[in-house]
Amino acid sequence: MPPAKMTMAQAINTALRDAMTADDQVVVFGEDVGQLGGVFRVTDGLHRDFGEARCFDTPLAESGIVGLAVGMAMNGMRPVVEMQFDAFAYPAFEQIASHVAKLGNRTRGRLRLPMVIRIPYAGGIGGVEHHCDSSEAYYAHTPGLTVVTPATNADAYGLLRAAIDSPDPVVFLEPKKRYFAKEEVDVAEAVPPIGRAIVRKPGRDATLIAYGPSVPVALAAAEQAATEGRDLGVVDLRSIVPFDDDTVCAEVRRTGRAVVIAEAPGFASVASEIAARVSERCFHHLEAPVRRVTGFDVPYPAPKLEHHFLPGTDRILDAVDTLQWQDSWEVTA
Amino acid sequence: MSSIAATQVPDEAAAPVRLIDERGAHVGEHPLPPVAALVAGYRGLLLARRLNEQAGALVRQGRLAVYPSSRGQEACQVACAQVLAEGDWLFPTYRDTAAVAARGVDPVEVLTMLRGDWHCGYDPVAHRVAPQATPLATQLLHAVGVAHAARLNGEDTVVMALCGDGATSEGDFHEACNFAAVFRAPVVFFVQNNKYAISVPLARQSVAPSLAAKAVGYGMPGVLVDGNDFAALTVVLGEAVARARAGGGPTLVEADTYRMDAHTNADDAARYRTDDEVAGWVQRDPLTRLRTHLAETGALDEEREAEFAAAAEEMAAHVRAGLGAETPVDPEELFAHVYATPTPQLAEQRAALRAELDYEEA
Repeated sequence: MPPAKMTMAQAINTALRDAMTADDQVVVFGEDVGQLGGVFRVTDGLHRDFGEARCFDTPLAESGIVGLAVGMAMNGMRPVVEMQFDAFAYPAFEQIASHVAKLGNRTRGRLRLPMVIRIPYAGGIGGVEHHCDSSEAYYAHTPGLTVVTPATNADAYGLLRAAIDSPDPVVFLEPKKRYFAKEEVDVAEAVPPIGRAIVRKPGRDATLIAYGPSVPVALAAAEQAATEGRDLGVVDLRSIVPFDDDTVCAEVRRTGRAVVIAEAPGFASVASEIAARVSERCFHHLEAPVRRVTGFDVPYPAPKLEHHFLPGTDRILDAVDTLQWQDSWEVTA
Repeated sequence: MSSIAATQVPDEAAAPVRLIDERGAHVGEHPLPPVAALVAGYRGLLLARRLNEQAGALVRQGRLAVYPSSRGQEACQVACAQVLAEGDWLFPTYRDTAAVAARGVDPVEVLTMLRGDWHCGYDPVAHRVAPQATPLATQLLHAVGVAHAARLNGEDTVVMALCGDGATSEGDFHEACNFAAVFRAPVVFFVQNNKYAISVPLARQSVAPSLAAKAVGYGMPGVLVDGNDFAALTVVLGEAVARARAGGGPTLVEADTYRMDAHTNADDAARYRTDDEVAGWVQRDPLTRLRTHLAETGALDEEREAEFAAAAEEMAAHVRAGLGAETPVDPEELFAHVYATPTPQLAEQRAALRAELDYEEA
């Protein structure tokens, strides 16, 4: 198939469709994913084309959805479940933390759980409360879970195919702000391996480290900085667990300065972990302390306030300005 | 004027299904299971009782960290395993050690979880027995998932999902029953109502007429059975398994039984129940009841009794030998099974631990 323009929702839909075609043990279920095709239309047409057994609606119960997936994976299937919205997944957290993450370890690898939990996450869509949480730290903190989040539509396709193929359970975080952004996707391209970050834009002066919905924001900040004479690089993690220290640290060692960007509240966050890792591993290459630009430590705000909460280009560039530049001429030279 | 919204809740539960009464007599009109099955069951009860006693002794010797005894519930433990076919699945809780052993798993392997070597202790796939679950009611959903997958793949597998009375208060119990009913999953939910969730009595758990009565709300059959009557359990659970296998969907079975020992060795049951209450249940001991019945009908003689007792002693000796031996643990196993392929972070941590160990050994 030649490269085609598609939205991220369509890219994920295509990945589900291709995975279901490739392996009849791949099943998709959750709330409203059948007839309706999902509240974001991510599962559009799957029920029609693959039938009730392969794509079905469940009763409205998140713990039930994840628990059912555990059992189905135990019996050889590859379930892909949808949690509809980030904060709606919390009732399933016991299943995720106590069972999904641990079963392989408890059984010395005898029972692996090849399942994917898809969670539309993060904000910027003017959603009401409980619809915009960035919940990645809960999952990243739980050993046994693989946690990935695409920033581009091509990655959304490729990472989801890789997640479904993975023998381990994967929490697949979909930046809902990106669902309807159109981009060219070549599905024939190699599936990106889980655990590899990618340098979206090389830079000389400082490295912006971001993932999911923050990657386009970081790229916009880098573009803005270029007009002011600073050459910022952008690394897109793609995979939070496993974490790609090599790619991240290689970039930071080159530039000597780093800013980590994420929407989630910063305290005890993935951004904090990245900042700590970079500080530990690149200390002698750093010209300045690693900065974090994150959401405030407040519950996700109401729509009229969310633009104050979300890390935007200005806040990123302000952080870059604090990276102890010795003289302005050095920057522009 | 009387309220038009007067609630109609039955104030009395139906009497539990019972085939052999406390004096060992066959009661009711339903025929008993074949004598051979009852004799085999009695042997199973003896093994289960001996396992409970042996495990308790091993805790006192410090060989096991803890043991949640199922003394008094042995009829439930043996019957639920006995009614399953080889390809069926059993989903046990932490208190169901005897059921897992009755399913054919080496009791040493079953007790390994409590010894502290690793979290499961046996091969769940080979035995078709899920790891014993500690978080309450969570495993019921896994049972529904296995059953649903089996149905989608055209297998005639049935899943027996165990829990206690306390677990029926959990959200996952409700979700599992509801999912199973909606998907007509071949699952038997078997609640061993042993009257206490650690110290909290049934009256604080539910005011439903019975736990089996909850089935009405899910649209599935609910059966209350005498949990100390092995014959009745075999028939009720057997029928539920047969219904599930035939495509009839799930059943909720509640066994009216009693935990004769404390929750675990760490629990002081005297703080929440009386000796009189326990003594009353001793009179309803499932072993005594079946033995009396079999002895009075001539199905069990002294020779047979001695043979079964010897088998139980042999099993106990095997358990003592297996758990008495010091087993080496491999520290690097900490990292081996977290992911199918260890993450770079785990590989680093494993190497760091290896270096620590090498340093200590040097």
